[in-house]
Amino acid sequence: MPLSEILSPLIEARQLSCIREDRILFEHLNLAVFPGEIVQVEGPNGAGKTSLLRILAGLSSPYDGEICYQGQGIRFCKEQFHQDLLYLGHLPGVKGEMSAQENLAFNLSLHGLDGEQAETTLSEVNLLGFEDALASHLSAGQHRRIALARLWQSKAKIWILDEPFTAIDKNGVQKLEQLFLAHVAQGGCVILTTHQDLSFDKVKKVTLNYRFY
Amino acid sequence: MNHQQPLSYRSAFMLILKRDLTIAFRHQDDIFNPLLFFIIVVTLFPLGIGPEANTLSRIAPGIIWVAALLSTLLSLDRLFKSDHEDGSLEQMLLSPHPVFILVLAKIFAHWLVTGLPLILIAPVLAVLLHLDENSYLALMLTLLLGTPVLSLLGAIGVALTVGIKKGGILLSLLVLPLYIPVLIFATSAIDTAAMNLPYSGQLAIIAALFFGSLTLAPFAAGAALKVSTN
Amino acid sequence: MWKWLHPYANPEKSYHFTGKLLPWFNYLALIFLTVGLTWALLFAPPDYQQGESFRIFYLHVPASILSMGIYLGMAIAALSSLVWQLKLADASAAALAPVGAVFTAIALFTGAAWGKPMWGTWWVWDARITSELILLFLYLGVIALHNAFEDKNLAGKAAGILALVGAINLPIIHYSVEWWNTLHQGATVSKFGKPAMAAEMYWPFLICFFGFSFLVAAIASVRFRTEILARNSVRPWVKALVLAKEDK
Repeated sequence: MPLSEILSPLIEARQLSCIREDRILFEHLNLAVFPGEIVQVEGPNGAGKTSLLRILAGLSSPYDGEICYQGQGIRFCKEQFHQDLLYLGHLPGVKGEMSAQENLAFNLSLHGLDGEQAETTLSEVNLLGFEDALASHLSAGQHRRIALARLWQSKAKIWILDEPFTAIDKNGVQKLEQLFLAHVAQGGCVILTTHQDLSFDKVKKVTLNYRFY
Repeated sequence: MNHQQPLSYRSAFMLILKRDLTIAFRHQDDIFNPLLFFIIVVTLFPLGIGPEANTLSRIAPGIIWVAALLSTLLSLDRLFKSDHEDGSLEQMLLSPHPVFILVLAKIFAHWLVTGLPLILIAPVLAVLLHLDENSYLALMLTLLLGTPVLSLLGAIGVALTVGIKKGGILLSLLVLPLYIPVLIFATSAIDTAAMNLPYSGQLAIIAALFFGSLTLAPFAAGAALKVSTN
Repeated sequence: MWKWLHPYANPEKSYHFTGKLLPWFNYLALIFLTVGLTWALLFAPPDYQQGESFRIFYLHVPASILSMGIYLGMAIAALSSLVWQLKLADASAAALAPVGAVFTAIALFTGAAWGKPMWGTWWVWDARITSELILLFLYLGVIALHNAFEDKNLAGKAAGILALVGAINLPIIHYSVEWWNTLHQGATVSKFGKPAMAAEMYWPFLICFFGFSFLVAAIASVRFRTEILARNSVRPWVKALVLAKEDK
C-alpha cells in the first residue's frame, strides 16, 4: 500500500505485551492501523483478542508497551483520542430501565452527538416500532442493535468492535459490512474481531495464537 | 480535524444526572429499601435497650447516625455495579469527558435518591427516640452536610470493589473506618446542641470534610474505576 | 535522581539488590535486638511508678511507632506507583501491608497488657489506642482488597489507591478521635504526664527501636522479593533462577 507510507497511522501499538493470570497472551506486538484500513483480529478463544482490543481502546493497560494515537501516547491526549474513538465490547451498555430510544439518545449525547437523531437512527437497525419499549423487554440481539446504532451517527475515525456480528441476522451483517466500507472510504479505520468470514477481501488480518506458557 | 462539538462539563454532568435519576425512579426499590432499612435499624434500638426516654434521648444521635452510615453503605452498591455489569461504565470511561465530572454526577444522583430521603425521614425517627428538642436543627444540618461525605467516600470504596464478585462485605471493611470522623463530629454537634451550646465549630469541620472529599474523592473513585474495568 | 533510580526500577536488578541487602538487615536486627532487649529487660532500671511492668514499653513503643511509619512508607510507595507508574512500588506496598498490620496488632496487644496493671483494665477508649485500632482496620482493608483481586498488578493498583485514601484520612481520623476523647473524658483514665526519660532507659529504647526497624526491613525485603517473583513468574530470568536452584 503506497498510501500508508505517506499517511501516518491513526492508531498504533508499540511493543505490546499482555499477561493475564500468569499466561503471556502476546508479547512485543506491533500494529499500525492507517486510515482506510479494516483490521480483523483472528485467533482461537482465549488467545487475547478481546484483551488486545481493550488495550487498544485504552480500557486496559498493557503489561508493557504503549498505544499511540496520531503518533502520541494516548495517556497524553486522552480527550482527543476518546473523541475520535468508538469502542463496542461484548457488553452492549444498554439499561433495562430506559427505552430503546432513551438508551440510544444517551449514548449519542454522551459521545458528543445529537441525541435527537436517536429515533431515525433506530430505523437503520430495524428497531422502528420498538423505540418506546423498555429495553428490559427486548432481546439480547435487540440490545446489541441499540448499541450498534451509534455507528450510523458516529463521526469517530477509529472504530474498535469486539464481535459486532453476534446475534445479528444475515441482513444486518450485510448492512454493517457496507457501513464499514463507507466508513473506511471516508478515511476512518475499523478494528474488529469476528468468527464469521467477511464478504470483502480488503482486510488486514492479525493473528493471535494461543500460547500455553 | 475535530468536527465534533464536545459537551460542556455542565451539560455532561446534567446528562449523567438525568439518566441516573430516570433509572432510579423507574427502579424504586433502590430508593425505598435503604430507607426502610434505616427505619428498621433505628426502631430496633429501643427494643434492645428499653423504652426509657432519658436513655434513648442520650443515645439518639449516635443511633441515627450509625443507622445512616449503615443504610448508605447498603445503598452504595447501586452506584456503579449495574453500570459495570452491563458495560455502560466502559462507555462512560471512553467518552470524551473527564472522569471526574462523570463520577461526580453519579455520586450526586446517588445522594439525591438515598441521602436526601434519609434527611427527610430523620426528624420522625428522632421523635421516636425522644431526641432533645434543641437538637433537631443540628440533626438536620449535620445530615445535610454529612451524608454527601458518606456518598463521596463510599464511591471510592465501591469503585475499588465493583469488579470483585463478592465485594459487599469487603466494601464495608474499606469504607466504614473512613466514616469515623463524620460520625464523631456529627454526633458531637447534636449532643452540644442538646446542651444549648453553640455547635458551629463541629458544623464547620463537617463542612471542611465535605469540601475536602468533594475535591478529592471523585479523582480517587475515577482512578479506582479504571483499575476495576481493566 | 532518575538516572540513579532507574536501574532499581528493573525487577531483576532490584531482586538481586535486595538479596544482597537482606543478610545485612538480618544481622543488624539480630545484634540490635539481642543487645537492646537484654539491656531493656534485664538491666535497665524499673520505673519508680510503674515498676517492672514498665518494661513492656520497650516493645510497645517501637511497635506503635513502626506501625505508623510502615503505613507512611506504604502510602509513599503507592503514590509513586500511581504517579510514575512504577510497578515495583506496587510490590513494595503489597510487601509492607501485612508487616504493618502485625506491628499494629503487637502494639495493641502490648498496650492492653500494659493497661491491665496500669489502669486495671484491658481496654480503655484512649485516643491513641483508638487510633491504633482504626489503623489496624485500615491495614486489614488494604490486605483484604489486595487478596480479592486475582491479577496481582490490578491488586497492587487498587490497594495502592486505598492506601493513599487511608493516608489522607489517617491524620483526620487521628485528630477527630483525639478531640472526641478529650470531649468524653471518662473518670477511668488517669493520664500520666510525659515523663522525661532517663538516659539509662533512653538508650536501650533506642537500640530496641533500631532492632525492630531492621527486623521490619528484613521481613519486608523477603516479602518484596517474593512479590517480585510472583509478578514476574513468566519472565525468562525468573525461570533461569528456578532452574539454577533446581540444579544445585
